[in-house]
Amino acid sequence: MPVGLHAYLLVAAILFALGLVACMARRNAIGILIGIELIINAAIINFMAFWRFGGGVMDGEGGLVGPLFGVFLILLAACEAAVALAILLSLYFNFGTIEVDSIHQMQR
Amino acid sequence: MDPLVLKLAVLIFLLPLATFALMAIFHHRIPRHGDWLATTAIGVILAAAITIFVHAGMSDRNIQVNYVFDWLPLGVSNMVKGGILVDRLTAIMLVVVTLVSFLVHLFSVGYMKDDVRYGRYYCGLLLFTTSMLGLVLANNLVYLYIFWELVGLSSYLLIGHWFEKKSASDAAIKAFITTRLGDVGMFIGLMICYWKVGSLQYADLFAAVQNGLLSEPSGLWGFDWQTLAGLGIFFGAMGKSAQFPLHVWLPDAMEGPTPVSALIHAATMVAAGVYLTGRLLPFFSPDTLVFIAYIGGITALFAATIALVQDDIKKVLAYSTVSQLGYMIMALGVGGYVSGLFHLTTHAMFKACLFLGSGAVIHAMHHEQSMSQYGGLWKKMPFTALFYIMATLALCGFPGFSGFFSKDLILGDTLAYTMLHGHWFLVVAGFGTAFLTAFYMTRQVCLTFFGSPRNAHKYEHAHEVGWQMLTPLVILGTLSLVGGWGGWFEKYNEKRDGLTQIQEIAATGYQSPFVAAALAAAPAAATHEAAAAHEAGVGSETRPTAEAAAAGVHDEAHIIHVAHRTAMGLSIVLALSGIGFGLLMYWQRRSGKALLNPDALAKAARPVYVLLWNKYFFDEMYNAAFVETTHLAARFSARFDRLVIDGVVNFVGFFGKVMGFVIDILDRIIVDGLMVNGSAHAAGFAGNQLSWAQTGRVRQYLLLMVLGIIALSGVILVLVR
Repeated sequence: MPVGLHAYLLVAAILFALGLVACMARRNAIGILIGIELIINAAIINFMAFWRFGGGVMDGEGGLVGPLFGVFLILLAACEAAVALAILLSLYFNFGTIEVDSIHQMQR
Repeated sequence: MDPLVLKLAVLIFLLPLATFALMAIFHHRIPRHGDWLATTAIGVILAAAITIFVHAGMSDRNIQVNYVFDWLPLGVSNMVKGGILVDRLTAIMLVVVTLVSFLVHLFSVGYMKDDVRYGRYYCGLLLFTTSMLGLVLANNLVYLYIFWELVGLSSYLLIGHWFEKKSASDAAIKAFITTRLGDVGMFIGLMICYWKVGSLQYADLFAAVQNGLLSEPSGLWGFDWQTLAGLGIFFGAMGKSAQFPLHVWLPDAMEGPTPVSALIHAATMVAAGVYLTGRLLPFFSPDTLVFIAYIGGITALFAATIALVQDDIKKVLAYSTVSQLGYMIMALGVGGYVSGLFHLTTHAMFKACLFLGSGAVIHAMHHEQSMSQYGGLWKKMPFTALFYIMATLALCGFPGFSGFFSKDLILGDTLAYTMLHGHWFLVVAGFGTAFLTAFYMTRQVCLTFFGSPRNAHKYEHAHEVGWQMLTPLVILGTLSLVGGWGGWFEKYNEKRDGLTQIQEIAATGYQSPFVAAALAAAPAAATHEAAAAHEAGVGSETRPTAEAAAAGVHDEAHIIHVAHRTAMGLSIVLALSGIGFGLLMYWQRRSGKALLNPDALAKAARPVYVLLWNKYFFDEMYNAAFVETTHLAARFSARFDRLVIDGVVNFVGFFGKVMGFVIDILDRIIVDGLMVNGSAHAAGFAGNQLSWAQTGRVRQYLLLMVLGIIALSGVILVLVR
């Protein structure tokens, strides 16, 4: 049985759902960060899948928009991780914890 | 055009102006308040004026300089031109003005010694001298008018020099307003000239008269434009030269310091009207000239009668000045260009001497001006008395003195005019004034310098004045003696532009209604004209033709000759009898040796005496007619203002207040309450109510976001389907 577009999209959707659940369920900020990484990776898979099976809608036969976006998103994920970790460090210095539920200063 | 004369003329105008500017700013810092600076500056320009005078006398041209330049552009094509004119008349006036001004500056050093506003006084004198010289140097009526007003201003400032005195400040205002009244007429004359001629240069005006530019009828009382313009301009001269009925300001102007009276109100400024009349003589139409002659005659006689009974030494001289100015005006009116201006020159000398002499007396008597407090002063101040008497003799027309020659010329001209054209009143006024002048001046000298002292205390303290005050008296007294010798004035003015034209006008132009009426009253004159007309066979046309005029020339010359000889004899007789009569009445009056008692005479002719003493009630009449009506109008205006205008103003104010109150309330309730505060409250309330959603839990936000996305997706799915 040949592996088609649907299989890739299914994998990506599962990955996205897992990442979303991680973001919502985890209290630890590191966990949320990991969830975000999962979401980004799901997006990358989608890009690659549509590029592979989409019939060159964006840039015609032999274009490289899909892989380019993939690489770009990896780069973005790296930057995001760096910034987010810096924020987490700052949070830890200020509050002594990275449990997001216990950081609720803006609450009324 | 003579470059030297032009340069000197510019210097003569600019040097006193620059000195004035300097002193006006710095006189507090200059030693002695700058009196030496002012006197030196005037001395320098006196030398310059004498240079011009000699230069013009040696030249065979009349006009030395007529320098014209563009001055004021009006619209696109009109250019009002300015300019400097120096001819023989200007040269004479320059010398007169600078000489008297210099001597008055010198005299004031002594007279004004301890004055509180010494520097300011000299500034006033300088401003006056500058404007007077500008007036004389102008070659057009615009400049003349400007400086005319400036001399009026300096006169105002100097009359009101002691403005703490109510009478002085009143007199200053009176002088200013009265002369301004005449200037309104002058301004109208100027406007007519500019309208009709398009230029106010003297030369253009004379040319316009010859080309008939002004001869069209104006539609007013049958006069042509030339007559109207001439009357208007002469009205200005009447104000400035204190002619009847605008004479009232000059006697009051004696409130100013006495040297000022000598300079401004005797020798120079009041002569400006005479100068203007002489300068524009070819411009005046025959009607205007007759009017001028009558005004002059009336003034001369009228003022002389008032001077008979006055007690204040300066008031006598003031009325004498008015009278003598009337003489000059009358002379010009009968076409006597030379005689009128000759008398102006000699009068400036002897009247300045008289005023400065009276100043010396007043100074010596500690500012006592009433002649009833004087007497016997010649023992205390012999030099003053000597030169005062010399000037008096000149004014009386005593043979050999300067006034004799000029006055004799005026009387001769008047007599000749009357013999040729009628108007007997002018002769009566002329000779009558000559007699009265001699009489009242003799009275004044007797009361002041002779007899016994009537105020022993002040007499004891009287003293001869210092050299600064005596020098001007010596110079002016000497000039009063020699100023008419040798007929220099006639010789100096031999070549005069426009004078033949005057004689022509005076001889031929007697057609208009004003003159016709005057002629009807004087049949003797009409016969001459009628005879000439009849001879020429032109019937009702009264203008003599060329042949008739040619035939009459010999006769006329003969008549003029006879008239002058008769006038000379008569004037000597009248002067001597006037002096003799005065001596009879006032010599040694108190000791009872006087042959005629003036008090008895005053009692006998009481109504006349009261009339003269009160100056024909002119001040009272003007007070009732003008001052009171003005006050009435002012009071009415004040009441109107208070009731109506103020009422409207107050109502508007009240209405505004009410409106303000209403708007204030509206503002507070609707704008502030409902809109501004209301929206703020609404926003605050909404924020408060919605703040429960802000839990600060990031995961909760994310959950809500996801739920929201799902809900929106559901909606889209439903809608798309």
